[in-house]
Amino acid sequence: MRLSLGQREALWAYVFLAIPLAFFLYFRIFPTFQALGLSLYEWHADPGARKFVGLEHYERLLEDPLFRRALTNTFLYTLLGVPSQLFLGLAIALLLQRVKVARDFFRAVYFAPYVTPAVAVAWVWSWMLSPHFGLVNEILTLVGLPPQPFLQSPTQALPTVTWVVVWQNLGFQVVLFLAGLESIPRQYYEAARIDGGEGWRLFRHITWPLLNPVLVFSVVIATIGYLQLFTQVVNLNFTDQGGPLNSTLTLALYIYQLAFLRFQLGYAAAVTVVLFALIFLITLVQLRVFTRKVEL
Amino acid sequence: MRAQRRLGDLLALLLLGLGSGVMVLPFLWMILTSLKPFPELFTLRFLPQEPTLENYRQVLWGTGFPRWFLNSLLVATVTTASVLFFDSLAGYTLARLRFPGRNVFFVLILSTLMVPTEMLVIPWYVMSAEKGWINTYFGLLFPGLMSAFGIFLMRQFFETLPQDLFDAARIDGLSEFGVFWRVGLPLVRPALAALGIFTFLGNWNAFLWPLIVVQTPQMRTLPVGIALFSGEAGTAWNLIMAASSLAILPVLVVFFFFQRQIIEGVVLTGLKG
Repeated sequence: MRLSLGQREALWAYVFLAIPLAFFLYFRIFPTFQALGLSLYEWHADPGARKFVGLEHYERLLEDPLFRRALTNTFLYTLLGVPSQLFLGLAIALLLQRVKVARDFFRAVYFAPYVTPAVAVAWVWSWMLSPHFGLVNEILTLVGLPPQPFLQSPTQALPTVTWVVVWQNLGFQVVLFLAGLESIPRQYYEAARIDGGEGWRLFRHITWPLLNPVLVFSVVIATIGYLQLFTQVVNLNFTDQGGPLNSTLTLALYIYQLAFLRFQLGYAAAVTVVLFALIFLITLVQLRVFTRKVEL
Repeated sequence: MRAQRRLGDLLALLLLGLGSGVMVLPFLWMILTSLKPFPELFTLRFLPQEPTLENYRQVLWGTGFPRWFLNSLLVATVTTASVLFFDSLAGYTLARLRFPGRNVFFVLILSTLMVPTEMLVIPWYVMSAEKGWINTYFGLLFPGLMSAFGIFLMRQFFETLPQDLFDAARIDGLSEFGVFWRVGLPLVRPALAALGIFTFLGNWNAFLWPLIVVQTPQMRTLPVGIALFSGEAGTAWNLIMAASSLAILPVLVVFFFFQRQIIEGVVLTGLKG
């Protein structure tokens, strides 16, 4: 039997896609449904002994103070981290655009933390912020300010962790904004200047609207990142993960603790479903709210 | 007017310099601390009085550090090679070949981007326990062997190429795989480089899944090794900073050599994606 050219092309396409498709079905799609399934069962290592509990885990979530804490904290991290990261990122990108010397050097310096392992970075900051003999407190004392407990204080720990994450992600944000700024045609600014526009008005009417696609992308990516905060939280306070007094506990850390320290895999799966729903919803809403097309 | 502009430029430079200080200081403090003997940690001097490499010696010879480093290198290399090959092949197929079900397959793969890793690690763990993948290299590797984002990215790039190139190659008698390998791939090299860098970094720095699947010290990857070692080291910050330096400095050196490519890669993947 001879195959037509089109049939031959289709056949090759299936050959090329076979392994990738098998991978995504088996390691991504199947586990997603399995997580949904597991959330309806009381976990047991022996599959035959797993008891069906229906929506019981989800009901339990409503009354679980630790879950509520983790959820609130996760929102706090996002509400604090995303705007800080975007604001600082944009400010630095605008400054970088203005200077003519050493731009590549500055860009590299700001970007460097982004490529370094978050685990090691968290330990470095944990030493920097140590209440006794930490460099930050030494500097505070030097300039006459009282030393702070930072990660040891239930009120300061969450903003402190957020700062470390912002510090590490800042360069990524700067580079994105810089690329966005550079893609805005010079002529727009020149034309506006001839019409008497300057400074803030140029920013407000040209830079800001034309930066919108980069902004939307950044908000969505950053939000998804903060909703999944784990590595920094664990390593910044390793001996009391999520502490002090659960003030830094996140959903991702709570999932880890439930599943792999207490072996309540079914209940943990229910929390992952909530996290999934959250990320899904927030992404949809943000795309809706922020995507205002700019026509040129 | 001109003077005012100059003053503004100077102020911008000053602010940027100050900011750079905040970015660099932790790394500097890390290196300085790593060169101090233990008692000097508490003397409030910025520079080490009697600098020593003893901390590095202890980390390199007294822990599993070399092994963790090699484990991470192996995991990151294999996953990167796999992602580069399969993601570009799948991206090419979805962009350039016509066949029934093309859009369904694409949406199917893309939809997995919405699922957070936290949701997958529990089923992955259950699966690994059943199949005996716990504490094995395959167990460490399998989640990273392909990436939906990479397929999406490569598809975007393959779509921009002119069809004539591929038609000409077929007329010249190249096989379907030859068209992809010899004509398509060389034209998307910048995208491949960017994807490669990102995949490598992502797997090199990964923490959550390795923490779950690894059970013995010999199988630890670098991040897991650093975290557990530092957890045990207590207040021996000089040792912890030596270990952190050993994890961070190689990455920084590579970064400063390839910073232009790496940063352009971010822009390429970030804005196309």
